[in-house]
Amino acid sequence: MTDLLAHPAVVMLVGALLVGATRGVPRAAIALLTPLAALAALWRLPADTVWTVSWLGYTLTPLAPDALSRLFATIFGIMAAGGALFALNQPSRLELPAAFVYAGAAMAVVLARDLFSVFVAWELMAIGSTLVLWSAGSELARRAAMRYIMVHLAGGMLLFIGIAAHVHATGSIAFEAMTLDGPAQWLILAAFLVNAGAPPLSAWLADAYPEASWSGMVFLSAFTTKTAVYVLMRGFPGAEVLIPIGLAMVFYGIIFALLENDMRRILAYSIVNQVGFMITGIGIGTELALNGAAAHAFTHILYKALLLMSAGSVLLMTGRRKCTDLGGLFQSMPLTTLCGTIGALAISSFPLTSGFVSKSMIASAAGAEHLFVVWMLLAAASAGVFLHAGIKFPWFVFFQKDSGLRPPEPPLNMRLAMILFAALCVGLGIFYEPLYALLPYRVDYAPYTAPHVVAQLQLLLFSGLAFFVMLDALRRTLTITLDFDWTWRVLFPGVIRLIERGATPVAMVLARIVRVAGRAILTAGRTLHAPGGPLARTWSSGTMALGMMIVLLGLLLAGYLA
Amino acid sequence: MSGHWLTRPSTIRRLWIGFAIVLAVTVLADLRVEHEAHFAVERWFGFHAAWGFLACAAMIVVAKAIGLVLKRPDDYYERRERD
Repeated sequence: MTDLLAHPAVVMLVGALLVGATRGVPRAAIALLTPLAALAALWRLPADTVWTVSWLGYTLTPLAPDALSRLFATIFGIMAAGGALFALNQPSRLELPAAFVYAGAAMAVVLARDLFSVFVAWELMAIGSTLVLWSAGSELARRAAMRYIMVHLAGGMLLFIGIAAHVHATGSIAFEAMTLDGPAQWLILAAFLVNAGAPPLSAWLADAYPEASWSGMVFLSAFTTKTAVYVLMRGFPGAEVLIPIGLAMVFYGIIFALLENDMRRILAYSIVNQVGFMITGIGIGTELALNGAAAHAFTHILYKALLLMSAGSVLLMTGRRKCTDLGGLFQSMPLTTLCGTIGALAISSFPLTSGFVSKSMIASAAGAEHLFVVWMLLAAASAGVFLHAGIKFPWFVFFQKDSGLRPPEPPLNMRLAMILFAALCVGLGIFYEPLYALLPYRVDYAPYTAPHVVAQLQLLLFSGLAFFVMLDALRRTLTITLDFDWTWRVLFPGVIRLIERGATPVAMVLARIVRVAGRAILTAGRTLHAPGGPLARTWSSGTMALGMMIVLLGLLLAGYLA
Repeated sequence: MSGHWLTRPSTIRRLWIGFAIVLAVTVLADLRVEHEAHFAVERWFGFHAAWGFLACAAMIVVAKAIGLVLKRPDDYYERRERD
């Protein structure tokens, strides 16, 4: 039984139970130690670890980590540790255990090598994340959690059908690179893309995540979409269809983030934007591109968590979430401002931050493959990231007009979590070799060449110029922007109501027809069978004989004609 | 109001001047840097600066246009879900 604890995901699940059952100092200790224990378990696994389990005639492989698995499981562990530190003062007793189940399930996805184990962990992830969202406790969060689980159950169904058809066709349950040559593989791809936040089902992300608690969204930002990036890397590396999908996500994220007023919804759209870069890299599919996508997933988790920690701190200390209500917070929250700004620079891939050493690989891969249009769009998108997240987020939250709010800095554990992740964002930007050593393929890439740095600085700084020159056009308004979730929040319910309303008159006509016809049948029966009615009275022998003759003649005629 | 030193007009003017100098330096750096260049455009003087600016301006305009069609008051869903 203790052998099971060698699996990092099992460690997280046990930790979730213990955190749920304890209070006070022991709870805090278990919360902080569980992710570290999971990381230790992960790195103590021998390189050739393969766990197999027989089940219904199939051999499952719930644990067989390679470099790619280890990279993702490692960042999930680091994320769970930082998130737990940040969330220590979260009063909800459900959120942290749910987050640990969620993180453990994400680890189980990346460590498993058969489709059945992946599917089970995939669904567990949906449950864990829904509970994180639900635990925020507000009516808005409950409604959002219901919409969220609907989309993810639908995605899970696609995955289930796809896996069943794939196993039926190939006879293999191994999770390895697939080719898109049948509906089974397309269904699996579609299910993966649902979790990645690709349009048209993308809206679940920006709809649901910002309704989570101030600490909940920190967890939510990390696991679902990055697990999707992992399964796409494992299952569909080099699938060209991913290039246009990734680019569409990149620009959809930027445009909607530019229109957004809710500070955490800006960051939600920027998750879609960043995952778009990774998916484009997976579509390009060269070793450099895949390394870039994997590295970017790693760095993205850190800086997105950092950004959401700073936003979560603002939310906790002010109770406000809209840019129109915020501003000028740098005066009383300098540390939060600094950490949020470091996150914003890292997401923008500013030189000396983690984003620079990862994202530049994807653009270089597009260049090396001579994909001119892709390369140009990625460059434009790099500038766009600075625009929608790099400046817009810190500017409207911490600077711009003075809102008059003077909230204090958040509690110590939250400050420490932010400092830790800010240090990682800058540290990985300078000492990137350890990250490169973890990547799935050998890295032959130098991020800090003069042309790279100059090109990136020009893109970013002139993006900044565009921001301040066009600031009037970016002024925040008390509005939301309709996204695809409008279809299932307004359009479909409206159509159903319309059908109900239209159905009422039709149903009334049908009921009347039934009533009238029924009455006619009853009357006819009564007249025919009533005493003295045509079928009930005594007939004379002559009439009887005539009747029989007509019947017999009819038979003769029928026999003759036939 | 006296305010934080960062909010004073004189500071903001100085920040703009500093920003302009930095912008000029990054563009002028093109004269000294040999771009490895997978594509011809990369060698154009100030290409990344111009492309970054134009792309952002275009994205802001597109976002504005989309906003005209898709923006709603921010209690849009609450009002609908109540009835």
